[in-house]
Amino acid sequence: MTRIGLAHRVQTFALGTLAALLLTFLVIPMGCLMLGTSWGEFSAGLRHPLASPALKLSLWTSALALVIVVSLGTPLAWLLALRRGRVSQLVETLVVLPVVIPPAVAGLALLLAFGKRGPFSNWFSPEGGSLALTTSAVVLAEVFVSSAFFLQAALAAFRRIDASLLIVARSLGASPFQIFFRVAIPLAGPGLVGGAILCFARALGEFGATLMFAGNLQGKTQTLPLAIYTAMESDLRAAQALSILLLAVALALFFGVRFSERRSHTSLEGHR
Amino acid sequence: MKTVARRKFGALSLAPLLGGWIGCDAPNTEHLERELIVFAASSLREVFTELSHRFTAQHPEVRVAFNFAGTGELKAQLEHSTSGDVFAGADRGHTEALVRAGICQGLVVFARNEPCMIVPLEPRSPLTNFLELPNATRIVVGAPEVPIGRYTDQILERANKVLGHEFQSRVLVKVVSRELNVKQVLAKVSLGEADAGVVYRTDALLAQNRVRILNIPAEFNVFAEYTLATLTKAKNPTLARDWVALIRSRAGQSLFARFGFLPPTETKP
Repeated sequence: MTRIGLAHRVQTFALGTLAALLLTFLVIPMGCLMLGTSWGEFSAGLRHPLASPALKLSLWTSALALVIVVSLGTPLAWLLALRRGRVSQLVETLVVLPVVIPPAVAGLALLLAFGKRGPFSNWFSPEGGSLALTTSAVVLAEVFVSSAFFLQAALAAFRRIDASLLIVARSLGASPFQIFFRVAIPLAGPGLVGGAILCFARALGEFGATLMFAGNLQGKTQTLPLAIYTAMESDLRAAQALSILLLAVALALFFGVRFSERRSHTSLEGHR
Repeated sequence: MKTVARRKFGALSLAPLLGGWIGCDAPNTEHLERELIVFAASSLREVFTELSHRFTAQHPEVRVAFNFAGTGELKAQLEHSTSGDVFAGADRGHTEALVRAGICQGLVVFARNEPCMIVPLEPRSPLTNFLELPNATRIVVGAPEVPIGRYTDQILERANKVLGHEFQSRVLVKVVSRELNVKQVLAKVSLGEADAGVVYRTDALLAQNRVRILNIPAEFNVFAEYTLATLTKAKNPTLARDWVALIRSRAGQSLFARFGFLPPTETKP
């Protein structure tokens, strides 16, 4: 064996060791969560009175949040992708900011904005209304924390579109609406779907902002993560079963992302 | 053998979930020789912080590190970690369970706390006493899984027996959130999001510039018992005993009285 060949092997091994360390650390907790619960305990946990209303609420509020984010976020990402000026850079930073804000802080901010003492209080009712502690607050909290995940993916997908295709469309007399709906969205489609799945997953896992802004009432504002936390106060087994349920949904979503990513690559190849 | 391994795995499985919280109030220990780690219920935050200044005055070489959380959460953390010297909880049942499991020892009741009703100061609430609670439009109380929520349910049940007229259900239909700790209830009433709530008197006293306290009649009220126990695997057992002694001393007890706690009595009200 040559010296260079040996050095390459050693270096590859070193990189592999570092990678394996992180991989092991990430896999072990999830493995323990699942292996530490028997099937009987899991199904008993799912029959826990907290489980079913929380799962239903989580699924439909996250779905509604997703619809809001996609219908408002797609035009925003498209406009940002078209422009490269300073203003659009500033806007881009602003819309991804919720990713770094701690969710509890986001919840407090939402409470101050849409609560009884907020600037819009008089809009909801003459004597001072509030969106806080309602199911609407759950959806708003989910939109706030999850939109950035969709926007980032959508921006990347729109920017990957070959600019010459847009020029051709324009020269053939396509209107901005036609370019947006018939050229940009179909070409960025798989990327948009991937972003939507990430957004849904983040909305499903949302905890801190919901607790602060929407409260914790079964069937109204108690989502799955809040139910897990509530169960932890009295019944750790139930909390564990609910956690596995959330993990299972997240895993399904993850495979959805991988699938749409693969389609995105093949579709891009196809256009070249 | 298999079952033992499984049980161990089960215990491990929660550790990552809990680890995040244990680190919350973790101190740095650069040049300090010894550290007393106190696991304490959230409602003890202010009085224990004050108490720690007195403790370090007596033990200048010691640093007191707190882990404040809900009592149920602390219990779960103690079951899955090796940290901690003293445990001060707001729920006698949880401490008793830890003693039975051999994790804690030497349980003493050191204070009691009385639930009370609060209403926001601004805008001025039309509610003037506990009996008017059903007239509130948005009520926030503790979740039934946490001590304050359980006490609130007991109070409502007792009131229902005496007052009748479906007092309890008329209150419960107005409940818009069942919070996971007292501070969340307090926050929602302070911000005017709810127009009534039930919290411990000690928490309400700390927020008197934002909420008005309305007493719950003694015939309905129940008391939270605060219990102290040292950890059997405490790294600093002597310091742990000194901490317990300071709390039970006359100076310690008068500090608790100043923060609105009631003295312990062995007979339940």
